[in-house]
Amino acid sequence: MYVAVKGGEAAIAAAHELLAKERRGATAVPELTAAQIREQLVLAVNRVMCEGSLYDLDLAALAIKQARGDLIEAIFLLRAYRTTLPRFGASAPFDTSSMQIRRRISATFKDLPGGQNLGPTFDFTHRLLDPELTEHAPVARPQRAEGGDDVAAPHVTTLIGAQGLIEANTGRESEAPVGDLTRDPMTFPSDRDLRLQALARGDEGFLLALGYSTQRGYGRTHPFAGEIRMGEVEIVFKPDELGFEVALGTITLTECEMVNQFKGGADKAPQFTRGCGLTFGHSERKAMAMALLDRALRARELGEEAVAPAQDEEFVLSHCDSVQATGFVEHLKLPHYVDFQAELTLLRQLRSEWAQARRTTDAAIVGHSEAAE
Amino acid sequence: MSANSAYNFAYLDEQTKRMIRRAILKAIAIPGYQVPFASREMPMPYGWGTGGVQVTAAVLGANDVLKVIDQGADDTTNAVSIRKFFEKTAGVATTTRTRDATIIQTRHRIPEAQLSEEQILVYQVPIPEPLRFLEPREPETRRMHALEDYGLMHVKLYEDIARHGHIATTYAYPVKVDGRYVMDPSPTPKFDNPKMDDCPALQLFGAGREKRIYALPPYTCVVSLDFEDHPFERTPIAAKCELCGADSAFLDEIVTDDQGGRMFVCSDTDYCESRRGEASP
Amino acid sequence: MTALLSECRPLVGNDQPLLQATGLSKFFGPRVGCQDVSLEVHEGEVIAVVGESGSGKSTLLLLLSTQQLPSSGSISCRMRDGVTRDLFRLTEAERRHLLRTDWGFVHQDARLGLRMGVSAGGNVGERLMAVGWRHYGKIRAEAQAWLERVEIATDRMDDRPDTFSGGMRQRLQVAKNMVTHPRLVFMDEPTGGLDVSVQARVLDLIRSFVSDYGLAAVIVTHDLAIARLLSHRILVMRQGRVIENGLTDQVLDDPREPYTQLLVSSILQT
Repeated sequence: MYVAVKGGEAAIAAAHELLAKERRGATAVPELTAAQIREQLVLAVNRVMCEGSLYDLDLAALAIKQARGDLIEAIFLLRAYRTTLPRFGASAPFDTSSMQIRRRISATFKDLPGGQNLGPTFDFTHRLLDPELTEHAPVARPQRAEGGDDVAAPHVTTLIGAQGLIEANTGRESEAPVGDLTRDPMTFPSDRDLRLQALARGDEGFLLALGYSTQRGYGRTHPFAGEIRMGEVEIVFKPDELGFEVALGTITLTECEMVNQFKGGADKAPQFTRGCGLTFGHSERKAMAMALLDRALRARELGEEAVAPAQDEEFVLSHCDSVQATGFVEHLKLPHYVDFQAELTLLRQLRSEWAQARRTTDAAIVGHSEAAE
Repeated sequence: MSANSAYNFAYLDEQTKRMIRRAILKAIAIPGYQVPFASREMPMPYGWGTGGVQVTAAVLGANDVLKVIDQGADDTTNAVSIRKFFEKTAGVATTTRTRDATIIQTRHRIPEAQLSEEQILVYQVPIPEPLRFLEPREPETRRMHALEDYGLMHVKLYEDIARHGHIATTYAYPVKVDGRYVMDPSPTPKFDNPKMDDCPALQLFGAGREKRIYALPPYTCVVSLDFEDHPFERTPIAAKCELCGADSAFLDEIVTDDQGGRMFVCSDTDYCESRRGEASP
Repeated sequence: MTALLSECRPLVGNDQPLLQATGLSKFFGPRVGCQDVSLEVHEGEVIAVVGESGSGKSTLLLLLSTQQLPSSGSISCRMRDGVTRDLFRLTEAERRHLLRTDWGFVHQDARLGLRMGVSAGGNVGERLMAVGWRHYGKIRAEAQAWLERVEIATDRMDDRPDTFSGGMRQRLQVAKNMVTHPRLVFMDEPTGGLDVSVQARVLDLIRSFVSDYGLAAVIVTHDLAIARLLSHRILVMRQGRVIENGLTDQVLDDPREPYTQLLVSSILQT
C-alpha cells in the first residue's frame, strides 16, 4: 500500500553528515589545515579570491577546505560571506605604476626600463611530474640579485603613450561614480566599468575559452602582451570622518595590458588600442584572458562589426559568472516532476489523437478500396 | 531578535531589505511589470530559490508564520532546506498547513486551498521573461513590453495550434495582467493559472539570478493568453487521488513497479492530509 | 476580397502627398550616406530610386522608413485619419505601429523580413496578431487568402520559409506586408539575387498589387529595366545626392545628366 513519501528533512541531515565524513577522508592521513592551503595552494586561493570578489587569503583557503577542493563551490562560499559584510566605501584607484614588482614581462620590447623580471613562473618549466614532491621535498634558496628591491618600471603603455602611439585610457579622469553590479542590476548596453567588473568576477575557464576564440579568428584583435606585472600594491582609502587618505595595507595584484589592433579616422591619427585585465593575487591566465575580452567587447565603441561570440556583450556578460551558471545548471537536479507531469499529460493526449487520426485514415482507405471493388 | 545572532533577522541586512521592498512596492504599483533589483548572493545557489528567499526575507516579520513548498509538497528537499534557513536566521514559526500560514513561499505550484487577504504567496521564478525563448535579447524584450508589442507571443501560440492542434505550453503558461503586461507565472502547471485571477492574497514573484521582481496585487485580473476559437483550457483531471479521493486537484503520477504500474496522488500534500484528517498541528 | 479592401482605403481622393521628405541627409562620421534629398510620394504612385552601389539609395530608404534617424532634414506623412504629421515627432510606439500597418518593407534578403523559424501562415498572420486579431480560424483564413494571392500553394502554409525557394520567400514577404492593407510599401532590391524568370513573376505580382490595391511604393533598384517596368517617377542618385528626377519614361528615354546617360547606355542590349 503506497504511503506518501516523507523524510526529506532527515535525508538532508544525513547527507550533510556523510559530506563531512568524506571531506575528512581517511583519518590515518593528517588533516589539511587552511594555513597549508593558503601557503601551498596559493594559486587556487587566488582564483577563489578573484571570482569570489573578496580579498582574504585565510577565508579563501578555508572556503577551499570546506568545499573539498571544488573551486566554484569555494567561490560561492566566499561570495555568500561577502554579501553579509558592511560596505564602507571605495578605495582610491590602484596605482599599479608604484607596484612592488615581483614579476614583470613585456612581449613588445626585448628590453625596457625596469627590465624583464621573470619572477615565480611555470612558463619555462618542463611539465614533468616530480615524484620527489609526493612527500616532503627539500627547497633550495633562490639567489638574490644585486641592486635592491626598488625597480622603476613605468608601464609600456605609458612609454609608447608618451609618443602618442596608443590611445589614452578613457574615463580615468572622469568624476562619475564607478558602477557596481553587486549593487545595481546589469543592463545592456553596458559601460566599460561594469564590463570589467563582470569580467573580473567571471569564470576563468569561460574567459579563457572566449579569449582563445578571438585569437583563432572569432573577432580578431591582433593582441600583443604589452605589460604583465605582479606584485604588491597599496590600498589607499579616504574615510569621510577623517577627510584625508590613509593606507590600509597592501594586496597582491596581477595586471595585464594588451596592445591591440590600431585604429584611426579622418580626424584622428591611427593608434594602438588597449585591453586591460586586473586580478587578485597571482592570476596571470585570468588577467590575460580578461584583457583579450575587454578589447573584444569594445567593438561597438571602436566602430567594429561585432560578429563573434566574444564581441557579443550580452552573451559574454550574462554567462560569465560561474556562481550563477552553476546554480542554474545544477538546479535541474531539483524536483521538476510537476512540470514533467504537465508535459506527460499533453504528450499522451497528442499521441492518442495521432493514433485516432491514423485509425480514421486507415478505415477510410479500407472503406474506399472496398467501395472500389 | 533572530535565533542566530551572527546574522541579522532573516539574514539580509536592513539596507538590502529596504532596496528589495522598494522594488516590491514598484512591482505592486505596476502589476505584471518586471522590476530590476540588485539581487544579493545568498547561501543557496542561484536557480535554487534565491529570488523567492530574498522576497520572503524582505517581507518577513517576527510574528509571521511561514510555509515553504516545492512541487506542492512541504517535505521535498529544497522546501525543507529553505524552511530550515528561515528557522535558523529569523526564528519565525513555520507550518505545513496552508490556512495557518501568513507567508507561503512556493516553487512550481499554487496551493489548492483558497487563499485569504491575510496571506502573501511568494513564487520562485527561474526565467521571469515570458518572451525570452522567442527573443533572447534583453533590450528588445524590454522594448516589446514598453510598447505593448506582444504579437510574437501570439505567433508562438498560433504555431502550436498549426503544428499540434493545441497550444503546446503546459506550464509557465503566459498571462495578461490587468489588461496590460504579459507575465510569466513561473513554471506552475497551467492548471494553476485560474487561481491567480482575482486572488485575495498578494502574489509576489522573485527571480534571483535574473534579478527581477514582479507582483500581482490582490484581486488583479489575470487572463491566460489564448485565441477566441481555441480558448485556454485547464488540463482535465482524468483520475482521483488514491489517498484522499480528491477529483479536482492536480495529481502527481507515482511509478509503483516496473510493469508500467502507476498511481495518482495529490501534489499538494497539505491539501491531501487535510482531506484525510491527518494534518499535523 | 473586395470587402476587405474597402475596409481600409480612404474614400476621399487626396492630392496631398502621402509622404514628403525635405532636405534629408545622413552622415556616418565623415562619410556621406545621402545628402539633401527631397521627394514626395502620392497615393498610388511608384517611385524608383536608382543608382549604383554606394549611391546612397539604400540609406535613403532606411531614413524614409524611419529605421534610421537622419542627421538633418524632415519627413512628414499623411496618416489614415487624413492628418499630416512629422514622423520624428511621433512616439516610437506610433512609428512602430505605422511600420506594421499602414506601411510595408520588403527586404532584398528575405531572411531580414521574415521569421525563418515560423511557418508561412504564422509569418503572414503576425501583423494581424500584432494589431489584435484573436481568432485563430480567421487569422488562418486571411493568411491563406493572401498566400493564394501571391501564388504560394496553401499546402505549404504550415511549412517554414527556410524550405522555400528564393522567389517564394520574396512572394511570402509581399504577402506578409500586404495583410494589413498598407498604403505605402518600401522595397529594397526586391528581386535581387533571383533568377530572371523568377524575377518576372515577383515583378508581375508587385505590378498587379499596385494597380489592384492602389499601392504607393518607393523601390530601390540598380536595375533600370525594373524601374521602367514598375515606376511612374524616378530619382537617380550618385554619391549621396539626387542628380536627376522626373517621369520614368522621360528620364530614361531622354536623360539630361551625363551620369544618367551613362547608366542608360550601359544597359546591355540583348
